[in-house]
Amino acid sequence: MRRALIWLPLVLFLLLLGLVISGIVKPGDRAVRSAMVGKPVPALDLPALVDGKPGVNSAALATGEPILLNLFASWCVPCIAEAPQLMKLKQQGVKIYGVAVRDTPEAMARFLNENGDPYAAIGDDGASQVSIALGSSGVPETYVIDGSGRIVLQHIGYVGEQDIAEIRAALEKAR
Amino acid sequence: MIAEAGLAALWLAAAMAILQLGVAWVGASASSDAPLYLRATRGVALVQGVLVAIAFAMLIWVFARSDMSVLLVAENSHSMKPMLYKIAGAWGNHEGSMLLWVTVLAVAGGAVAFFERQLAPRTLSATLGAQAAIGLGFYAFLLLASNPFTRLNPPPLDGQGLNPLLQDPGLAFHPPTLYFGYVGLSVAFSFAVGALLVRDVGPAFARAMRPWVLAAWIFLTIGITAGSYWAYYELGWGGWWFWDPVENASLMPWLAATALLHSVTVLATRDGLRAWTLMLAVVAFSMSMIGTFLVRSGILTSVHAFAVDPLRGSFILVLLALYIGGALLLFATRVGTVKQGATFELVSREGALVVNNLLLSVILGVVLIGTLYPLLAQAMGVQLSIGAPFFNKATVPVALALVIATVAGPLLRWRRDDWRVLARRMAVPVLTAVAAAILLLVLAGDAGLYPILGISFGAGLAVGSLMPLVGRNLRRTPLYIWGMAIAHLGVAVSILGMAADSGFTRERLAAIPIGETLHVGPFSAKLADVAPTIGPNWSALEARLEVRRGDGRMFVLRPQQRFFSNPVTSTSEAALATRWDGQLYAVLGNGSDNGRWQLRLWWKPFVTLIWAGGGLIAFGGALSLIGRLWRERRKRKGEAQEA
Repeated sequence: MRRALIWLPLVLFLLLLGLVISGIVKPGDRAVRSAMVGKPVPALDLPALVDGKPGVNSAALATGEPILLNLFASWCVPCIAEAPQLMKLKQQGVKIYGVAVRDTPEAMARFLNENGDPYAAIGDDGASQVSIALGSSGVPETYVIDGSGRIVLQHIGYVGEQDIAEIRAALEKAR
Repeated sequence: MIAEAGLAALWLAAAMAILQLGVAWVGASASSDAPLYLRATRGVALVQGVLVAIAFAMLIWVFARSDMSVLLVAENSHSMKPMLYKIAGAWGNHEGSMLLWVTVLAVAGGAVAFFERQLAPRTLSATLGAQAAIGLGFYAFLLLASNPFTRLNPPPLDGQGLNPLLQDPGLAFHPPTLYFGYVGLSVAFSFAVGALLVRDVGPAFARAMRPWVLAAWIFLTIGITAGSYWAYYELGWGGWWFWDPVENASLMPWLAATALLHSVTVLATRDGLRAWTLMLAVVAFSMSMIGTFLVRSGILTSVHAFAVDPLRGSFILVLLALYIGGALLLFATRVGTVKQGATFELVSREGALVVNNLLLSVILGVVLIGTLYPLLAQAMGVQLSIGAPFFNKATVPVALALVIATVAGPLLRWRRDDWRVLARRMAVPVLTAVAAAILLLVLAGDAGLYPILGISFGAGLAVGSLMPLVGRNLRRTPLYIWGMAIAHLGVAVSILGMAADSGFTRERLAAIPIGETLHVGPFSAKLADVAPTIGPNWSALEARLEVRRGDGRMFVLRPQQRFFSNPVTSTSEAALATRWDGQLYAVLGNGSDNGRWQLRLWWKPFVTLIWAGGGLIAFGGALSLIGRLWRERRKRKGEAQEA
């Protein structure tokens, strides 16, 4: 009995070691899965924020064609970083709708002037109501929405060069 | 040049460690005590300690002068930072903290070489050899995989700054204190390995090991207490313990060290628990290393993981496998040859200390399983996290049972005692606990089961902890008895604080416009103003809260939302008002379009007792340490005079 007990700590430690090695070999999947994927976009009706650009409402989103819904803000630094990628997507014919989170018309006009304007429409989400309804964790976030108004992909964080392929694939699939 | 000097000192120290291992090996395996080898080992260990200290000083120097041509400085410091945080930045990152780790390791080894006079020469040689062997692995890790002195060419104009959460005076000293504790336990580990190697386990060995364990344990206690207080006021969540993997990583060595401290006393006084004490000495430092590994490898997600790097993780894992596996293998093969120590009855002080040890081990096991369970689940393809509800449910009942053993232990005689006598001695603490429970059930029955039990047991332990002093001539009571009583009292005080906080905290969260008043507990707080303010490397929005307690005098609290530009981060600086019976805690949240500000207020009765208790525990430990050293010195002087 005592003999066996003496080896117990070593055995326990070796088990622990095996567990930890398995943790290194097979790292956990820490990707955030959106609960919104597969659900229809919540009803929304956002007024226009800047002159000459319409607001965003549910009817406008369900056009029969897949579109991008981009949550952004003039005060958000990563949003500047993703602007070139959004411009590129627009040039490839992708329709992008913007939701400006807690922003002002003047600041937004300056932002669009400096970083380009890929948006077909920009809705004013001054109280973050739509962000919350969409289950957004912050700005920027980009949703791929199919022709019937259903969310296909939620991309958290800024859209970098490396993300374009994934977004294009989702757009294709939603067609 | 400074960085190169540091690197050179580090390489030299590594060379010294090899030398130390070799000389110690010869000394330990010599057939008779060979003073020459021991003297040489001592010298080399000292030189090694000094060299590493020099390397660490060089690192602090490059941080202090913001030498941006050193990669580590450029990545973790900024020239505009206050000097204190420039210096603290030296260990606020992966490489620097690992260098601090080996610095403590080598300095502790040097201290053992210099101060240790009680241990048999061959055992001491083996101990210093083990210490050098541990050092070697971590030198290799530093020099090959985490060089803190790497240059950056061309140097950037300025650095990237230190995480603002770490820019706090408390936190500047929190890691060094904890590391003294963690790594200080390496001495106990080396003692155990040394004793196993030369098969010398007995009271003399235990008496030699005890002060080192005690010292490390004191630092660990202070480090954990300070870390808990830091999390409490800096993170702005109002909680003081989150069961985060890294908090658990600091708690596990502490639990093992606490158990060790008690079992080593049995070994020193009664020559019992030989194998168990060796086991705990190995486990305590193993827990430190596992903790370091869990943090540094990033296999567990944690706020503390500042170097998520599987390669480094694997490196430390190999070291862990070698050291812990090696020590446990040595234990398993050798401990059979260690003679069974003295035996004792169940109702005796040894018996109570064994119960204490078992309960502490159960808590340790629960925390270990809870911390690693997500990893096990992940291996089976499930994602989950384990939070406070599990840990609280699983540990609190065991901790309460431990309280009973803590009261009983010091009231029992060594070897054997009588149930009836014990019952009589425990009457006063038990009655206190029962009275407290009844009082609470009548006055505040809705506080919840655990808070009521906590306060009841805490009150009983507070009284019980002082019972060993009753009937003694207090002026002639040895200092270590005082130390024990005060440390146990500290545990009681901490428990009272925890129970009061969890049972009686009042919380208010609201979005209010300027001019409006929020009530929490006995306080009313008027949001008088929110205005910008500026600090050395941050700007902030600061609220002015005019607070009154009942109709008492008005005082002002200024919680802030702080914005740092290097790196771009915002933190929330809570404002605290400390009263004798608790703390008022205010956090300013975001403002909204319609001129409202989120404000969160807590009234936490007696929450400060948690850390006051931690301080008392450490103070008791310090008294005990001084008392023990004093006694040993007097004894040695006496022996010298006789001879």
